[in-house]
Formats: sequence, structure tokens, C-alpha cells
Amino acid sequence: MEIPEIELLAPGHRGCAGCGAALGVRLALKALGENTVAVNATGCLEVMTTPYPETAWEIPWIHVAFENASAVASGVEKSLKMQGKGDANIVVFGGDGGTADIGLQSLSGAMERGHNLTYICYDNEAYMNTGVQRSGSTPYGASTTTSPKGKNSFGEDKVKKNIPMIMAAHEVPYVATASISYPEDFMKKVKKASEIDGPAYIHLNQPCTTGWGYSAEKTIEIGRLAVETGIWVLYEIEDGDFKVTYRPSQRKPVHTYLESQKRFKHLDEEHKANIQSYIDSVCAELKI
Amino acid sequence: MVRKIMTANRAISEAVRLAKPQVIPVYPITPQTTISEYLAQFVADGDLDAEYIKVESEHSAISAAVGASGAGSRVFTATSSQGLALMHEVLFAAAGLRTSIVMADANRSLSAPLSIWNDQQDSLSQRDAGWLQVYVEDAQEALDTTLTSFKLSEEVHIPSMVCLDGFILTHTVEPVDIPSQEDVDSFLPPYEADLLFLDPKKPMSIGTLADPDYYLEARYQLELGMQKSLTISKRINKEFAKIFGREYDTVEGYCCDDADIILVAMGSLCGTIREIVDELRNKGEKVGMLKIRTYRPFPTEDIINVVKNASKIAVLDKSVCFGIGGILYSDLKTKIPANIVEIYGYILGLGGRDITPKEIIDVFNKTKNPTQDVTWIGLKEGF
Repeated sequence: MEIPEIELLAPGHRGCAGCGAALGVRLALKALGENTVAVNATGCLEVMTTPYPETAWEIPWIHVAFENASAVASGVEKSLKMQGKGDANIVVFGGDGGTADIGLQSLSGAMERGHNLTYICYDNEAYMNTGVQRSGSTPYGASTTTSPKGKNSFGEDKVKKNIPMIMAAHEVPYVATASISYPEDFMKKVKKASEIDGPAYIHLNQPCTTGWGYSAEKTIEIGRLAVETGIWVLYEIEDGDFKVTYRPSQRKPVHTYLESQKRFKHLDEEHKANIQSYIDSVCAELKI
Repeated sequence: MVRKIMTANRAISEAVRLAKPQVIPVYPITPQTTISEYLAQFVADGDLDAEYIKVESEHSAISAAVGASGAGSRVFTATSSQGLALMHEVLFAAAGLRTSIVMADANRSLSAPLSIWNDQQDSLSQRDAGWLQVYVEDAQEALDTTLTSFKLSEEVHIPSMVCLDGFILTHTVEPVDIPSQEDVDSFLPPYEADLLFLDPKKPMSIGTLADPDYYLEARYQLELGMQKSLTISKRINKEFAKIFGREYDTVEGYCCDDADIILVAMGSLCGTIREIVDELRNKGEKVGMLKIRTYRPFPTEDIINVVKNASKIAVLDKSVCFGIGGILYSDLKTKIPANIVEIYGYILGLGGRDITPKEIIDVFNKTKNPTQDVTWIGLKEGF
């Protein structure tokens, strides 16, 4: 797959070194092209790309609030359609908090109404913009500032909310998971999503150097480890047909992933075994 | 022009049909509901070529409105009470981003206790959101103000709230002149976005982060726009009068020139007060009425011009600002110097309690010999 040279997210933004979100958006915009309008929920991405009077966005971009990006996008889509600009791609970027928690209602509404837009959740598994507080997307065992490890705590005590499947239950034409460490797979999915008439949802796994606790050069490596261990499965659901888009030749043990990040460092063997057996059961169902 | 019998909700819907907004995101709530129904029917019947977005909440209604206005369309929505409260966060964004949304608010009290009936607490509680607010007295004024609001909001890039009393106006039928499409088109040509648009050929970032170096000036610009809107609204009202024959201003004084006591109110209550003023004048009382239409921005100079010869004003508020009095009373106390006129506040009609002619006369009599700054009118015995 040829990756277009065009850069629609300009360099010089305020993202951390090794920021997975910036990489994800950069790849998504390469797949979408110039005729695209972006809607952004409040979060890391919005803050780091638009410190007035600067902007990193080379395409039209709008941000209104945290929980309403899907509703804003609904208005943008209809507005452009009425002005005869309905051929533009509408893409929404929301973090996991803006998607799985506070933005879930407006996302559900937009998906149910069938707007022609692509929603990309850049999932770094906690509220990173405000200092690593847990979200509904934080995985079991992760220590965050609001699910900290402690004498009586092993970190987050619930498994990650399954947003892609909640989106699939809306019977939208396209749902996919992706990872920034598999750029071709991700870009193909973005392209497909934008070509489908109707709502599409892509859940992008995106390691975060600051919140996950690893050194900046390891972002891609850790993203890959998530997929190779089966912690994150790459699939798509097109018109209801479920398909795994990448199968690791042999799954790596989950502890290699857990031990690579500070947020899981405190986990004892028993918890690691719990996570391994949970991942085993998920992967068994998917024949991975 | 056609004259028909209709509710103010219908009158507003007719104005919206004539104004031809391209996008209408709306969520039903009592007593706004029939507006959302009429507009849905207009679109279903092909009488209005608009995208009607059936949003899942008022928060999404106003959010979609901001998106649609930001993307360059004429946009209308409507709500009431709890719905307006749910919009609170985004109201500030809609104004701060300088959208041109027009929204009708069917004035209804706020829970708790739960009440679906009229007072003006809902929109008055949003007075600092940065929206233009106009309170209308009847169905005709509701229609006319909706049209002038589109023109004003699109020129000053500040959203407008057209406030009409729930049930008293929204569900009461009156004769209304419906202007012709031709006249409305000449008054309000199709919207051409000149400030906000999302065009891939001309990329723009809307809604960026402003650090302390920039925020203060952005807010000040909104204040300047607000102040400017007072003059512009007068010009627009004159243009409107020329085409449609009905003239409005920011405020209206009734029998105020020689009045000693002036009763001040907003909305449908002004209709009742007008009658009482006539009745009291017949008895030789020097009384007048000040109707405040434009509530935001606050038309201080226009108000002073009406009340400057009176000795006292009595403010009839269908809202409470706890520990202070009514909300309109509180604004008047803030902006009208004490050496110009004495100001007394009366809180009445909350949660849809009828305001009777007897109570208005009681307000007038109490103001003649005031014993306290703020008085609640119509409380049951024992309170």
C-alpha cells in the first residue's frame, strides 16, 4: 500500500514525543485526503493541535466541547449537505473518555441517525489530557491516578468497556478496530469507512508514553505487542460480517506486554494469570 | 399577507418556514413541543427545504446547531426549561464561537419541584451565556421577532433567544398576520456565511484553545458585539416596519411620559398590565408600563429614557435571584442609578400561578407606600 506523502496534520504541534494520537491522526488524514472536515472532542488532540493563534490542521476543523463531538458532526454533515458540499468526508476524533464515557450518548445518537461520517476513537485508555485518570476504556489492572494501585487496590478492577461492539449493535454499516502500529491495516479501514455511505466507527488503539509509562521511542513496539499478545484484536464488521483482519502467527504471552509499562508493573503473578486467561478466552472465540 | 388564528408556537414555526433555515436540530419538550412538530411536518410535506435532525437530547440539539452554523448554514432550534438548562454548557460555546443560531425558548419553570408551567426562570438563568434575548408579548410579536432575530444574529454573529411564555403564548390562539414569502425574502435574503464556515477549499480552525494571553480579548469582543447589536437591532426594526408595517424597539413605554409609578415587565404579562394601566388611568392614577423586549444586551439607556420622569418603578418578575429579588429587578437595581428612580421588586406567577388583575393593582398600591424592597405576591396564608 502506498502511503500518500501529503501531510494534513502539520508538524510543530504540542504533542509529547512519541505521541500515538498524533501519529494516528496523521495516518487517518493521509487516508482521507484534503476534501475532509474534522470535528474534535475536547482532549489531548484538541489541546495540543490548536493553541491559538496556531493550528496544526491543514483541513477545516471544529471543536465545541467534550461530550458532543458526534452531535456537532451531525450538524456539520447536514449543513454541508444543504450547501452542496456533501462530498466532503466528515471525520470525528474523540479520545476514549470522550467516546466511552461522556460522549457515548451523542455518539449513539449520531450512529442511530445514520449520518454519513467516520468516527475515530483514539484510545489511550485513560484521561491523558488531565493527568491519567481512569476511563471506561481503562483496562483491568492498570494503575491510574483515580484507580491507583495501593495496599487495597491492584489498580482498575473492571475490564475495558467494549465500545466497538456497542457500535456494532447500532447496526451501522462499518465498525473496525485498528492500531497505529499497523498503519496499512488502519488506513485501509479509514478509507473504507469514508467510502461507505452512512456512519462508520473505528476504534484505534494508541499507546501513550506519558500515561502508560514507557520511553518515547517504544510507542510502535508497544502497540504491536498489544496486538501480538491478543490484548487488542484487529477486526472489522462490514454490513454485519465479522472478520479478523490480522492474526498473529503465534500469540506472545501477555506478561511481555504488561511488564513493558509502568501502569501494570505492580501486578502480581495471580493478576497476570487472570489477564492471560481472560485474553485466552477472548482469543479462543475468535480463533486467534 | 394572510391573517390566521394560531398559537405563538405556530406563529414561530411559520416564521421559521419563511426564514428558510437549512438545518433544524430539535428535541421536543413541553411546552415547546408543537414547534418541533410543526417544523417536522413542514419538512415532511416539502414546505420547508431543511435538514431536520432528530437529536437524542437538547444538549445534542444545540451542539448540532453549533456544528451546522459553524459549517455555514442558517440554523434554528427551540427548547424550554430543563432542555435549556441541559444546553447550558453549549450556549456559552455557541456565543463564544460567534454562531448565528436562532432559538425559541418556551418559558417554563425549572425543577424542583417539577413544573411544566410558565415562568421565566429558565431563560433568565442563561442571561450570562452571551446570547441576545428578546421577550415577546403575543403571537404576532413571536413571529416578527423570529424574523428580526435571524437578521440581527447573522449580522452581529451572536446567537438569539426568542423567549415566549409557555402555555400563555405557546398554546393560546390569537389572530396573526403571516407575511408573504416575497416580503420575507426581501427582508431576509438567503444566508451567506462570511465569518464561520468549514470549507475544504479554505480551511479554518474553529474552537481552538485560548491561553490567558487571548481569552480576555475574545470575551471583550463578544461584549462589544453585544453593545453594537443594540444600534443594529434598531435599524433592523425600522427596516422591518417599512416592509411589514409593525414597529418594535428594545423597550416600549406605555403611558409613561407623565407617569409617577411605572410597572416594568417582560413577555405576555405586559398585555395584562396594559389593561390595568388603562383602568387605573381612568381612576386618575398616574401610572405607566415599561415593557422590556430586549433583555440581553441590557438596553440601559432606553430604559432610563422611559423611566427618568417617574418617581418609582415596580418590577414584576417571574423569576428569583435568591437573596436579591427577581432577576430583572436585580439588573435594574444594578444599572439604573438610584437618583433617577426608586426601584421596588415583586416576585409573582412562579410555576404557572395565574397573575390576576387584582395582584397587579396590589403591586401598584404597595409601590405607592413601599414598606420593603422586594415582595412576594400571591403567597398562600401562613407563608
